[in-house]
Amino acid sequence: MIIEVESVSKRFAERLAVDALSLTVESGICFGLLGPNGAGKTTTLRMIYGVTQPTAGTIRVFGIDVARHARAVRARLGVTLQQNVLIEALSPRENLRVFGRYHLLREPELSRRADELIDFLDLRSHANVPVKQLSGGFQRRLAIGLSLVNRPELLVLDEPTTGLDPAVRLALWSRVRDLRAAGTTVLLTTHYMDEAQRLCDRVAIMSAGKIIDAGTPAALITTHLAAEAVELDCAPHEDAALFDGLPVPRHRLRIGRRLTVYLDDATAFAEHIRRHDRGDRRTLVVRPTNLEDVFLALTGTALEGDGSGPAWSDHE
Amino acid sequence: MTISLPYALAVWRRNAAMYRRTWMWNILPNFFEPVLYLVAMGIGVGGYITRMGGTSYIGFLAPGLVCVAAMNGASFEVTYNIYVRLNFEKAYDAMLTTPIEPQDVLAGEVLWAVTRSCIYGGSFFIVIVCFGLAPLPASLGVIPVIPLTGLLFAAIGIAFSLRVVTLDVFSFYFTLFLTPLFLFSDIFFPLNERLSGYWLWVAEGLPLLHPVRMARMAFHGQASPMVFWDLAYMLAASALLLAWARRTVQRRLTS
Repeated sequence: MIIEVESVSKRFAERLAVDALSLTVESGICFGLLGPNGAGKTTTLRMIYGVTQPTAGTIRVFGIDVARHARAVRARLGVTLQQNVLIEALSPRENLRVFGRYHLLREPELSRRADELIDFLDLRSHANVPVKQLSGGFQRRLAIGLSLVNRPELLVLDEPTTGLDPAVRLALWSRVRDLRAAGTTVLLTTHYMDEAQRLCDRVAIMSAGKIIDAGTPAALITTHLAAEAVELDCAPHEDAALFDGLPVPRHRLRIGRRLTVYLDDATAFAEHIRRHDRGDRRTLVVRPTNLEDVFLALTGTALEGDGSGPAWSDHE
Repeated sequence: MTISLPYALAVWRRNAAMYRRTWMWNILPNFFEPVLYLVAMGIGVGGYITRMGGTSYIGFLAPGLVCVAAMNGASFEVTYNIYVRLNFEKAYDAMLTTPIEPQDVLAGEVLWAVTRSCIYGGSFFIVIVCFGLAPLPASLGVIPVIPLTGLLFAAIGIAFSLRVVTLDVFSFYFTLFLTPLFLFSDIFFPLNERLSGYWLWVAEGLPLLHPVRMARMAFHGQASPMVFWDLAYMLAASALLLAWARRTVQRRLTS
């Protein structure tokens, strides 16, 4: 196990940010910590790299007690913070060199490592331009580059792609996959469920300082919901007529007029709806169930609030 | 956790890397400022006041102004610049993801503030040497006073900064603390000729008085036992404030 968190709590004055949380991350995987803003993800990360002391519980990283040997732990991991910490007046190369010095790298290793990372992150064309002139995507890549200067065994990414455009997100995901393939363990937080589903071998879903459930994305989907989801527009009073004569679906989620139904085989259900509507075509989407659905099912919280709030009904 | 010098130097190097980018623009005012003071005060006011403290007025001003330059160099660094690095550049958040610990950050920033005080104070000293206002070699004795002044005002400024919540409050520090020190610390007139009784004792509390008195002794090429008291004051005040700062920084950066 690279990370072992044992019933860790963190209290800030009156607020319990993390509540008796336990989790383990094995070596070589990409582990996602998911949850809405304020769930305690960042506080958990800060305790894992030893900059915030837990109020209770113990954390071991690489088998080392973080509370007692934070320096030793941080020498072997890299952290990309949510907010870019680049020095805007300096170039990417100079930023990498400054960061290399934080890890006590010396010449010629310092220059060699800066060059390697400039190539790895495709920064060559802008390597000597002040960072403030770079686009958001370039800056984010460089921010990840900074956390790689010490060849970390564990890379911690706090919401790595928040605010980036889709092309840049794809490029970053591919870099994270490369790192994982090269043996780096990755721990990331995100509130984008698609990101978690594409990148993570295992995920833990966090809400209000606790882990509600953890597992592979596929296992979480089959445990909590069903393989397929059907989304359709339907007013609450239509429900009874619509579902008449059908086996009751395993789960339903209603947000306003939008109803999502989870079942193992959506084809029969979709046909039934079409027959019921008799040519009066209503919008109907059949799609695989994703982590976002699981998240909603487990936390009962919409990630992007729409005001009306979701309503669940389970029939198992 | 103990302070690690290599990590403190890494913090120092970050600031040095940024300074190197802009040093031409940064260092020029360091040379102009003393020239302006010496011309206005020395030649202007000095035209009416011909002698003070046993020397020309401009010669009287010179040692004190070296200390003021060192004080300013350190003070800007540990107030505005630290605030920017903490709140806008998030430099310390970044450092604390590496093996650097809060006390290394503090040590690196103090070292850098002392460096800036040496750049300011040193440039000033070079200018007055060129103007023939610093008797050589005696006045070279002021050289160790410059970093000591930087250390003291780095400590005072950091202690103040740690209690400040908004950027605006720094202007109080400069106008209500540093400016009075500048005016009443034996720089423009001999304090002991204008004050008497317990006021002289009160004046001993002024932090800038001590380096100014040491600088003046160096320029006169004669040391009195007072130098021990001045040194003790500066080192003890720096040590106490930095010890407090160390505890506070640890709490502030790791909450």
